[in-house]
Amino acid sequence: MFRVTKEPIDLNELVRYVTDPEAGAIATFIGTTRNNNEGRKVIALDYEAYPEMAEKELARIGYDALKQWPICRMAVVHRLGPVQIGDASVIIAVSSAHRDAAFAASRFAIEEIKKTVPIWKKEVFEGGEVWIGTQTGQPFTAK
Amino acid sequence: MKVRIKFFAILRERTGASEAMTEIATGSTVADLWRQLQSEYPKLDVPGIRLLYAVNQNYVSADHKLSDNDEVVFLPPVSGG
Repeated sequence: MFRVTKEPIDLNELVRYVTDPEAGAIATFIGTTRNNNEGRKVIALDYEAYPEMAEKELARIGYDALKQWPICRMAVVHRLGPVQIGDASVIIAVSSAHRDAAFAASRFAIEEIKKTVPIWKKEVFEGGEVWIGTQTGQPFTAK
Repeated sequence: MKVRIKFFAILRERTGASEAMTEIATGSTVADLWRQLQSEYPKLDVPGIRLLYAVNQNYVSADHKLSDNDEVVFLPPVSGG
């Protein structure tokens, strides 16, 4: 399961999806929105994607993880649109026979998502808004 | 030939468009298209931005040659997670 959605992500749905009789471990990672960033008081985050390519890249990450670790099943869902503070923006679930592979593959997935998946985060903070990552080191203010 | 361009995030805001169709000379590359678009949309030039390129939903390099009906996206640095 590799997808982007405008709806809140259901952790239980992902856990059910990766549940496998051959698995002895399920690792989950939840990325949540933080109320501060680089000294700014963050009000909300707004995610935008190139959806068809984002889902394709998420599936590519799953395939690459499967080549590196003996995992059973993997699910990654990334939220789009406005996400309130404390809510999940991304959830990863991985099952494997032994725990090491599930931990390693979920870590790999979140790092790859941040590097290659065409999703962009706009931070709405007190006094403005900014597309994160637009300018390395010094964020560009869109307003 | 004709190509379809999609704009996302800061580039969508700056162009005021999510999509555009444009005519470009046969044999043009992604970099040629970018130069052509900058004259159509002067605000596309975001100082210091490091773009990635995708054609038909696959990452390509700037010297990738375009084909008729390609879907081209100039991707600002991604920031999911």
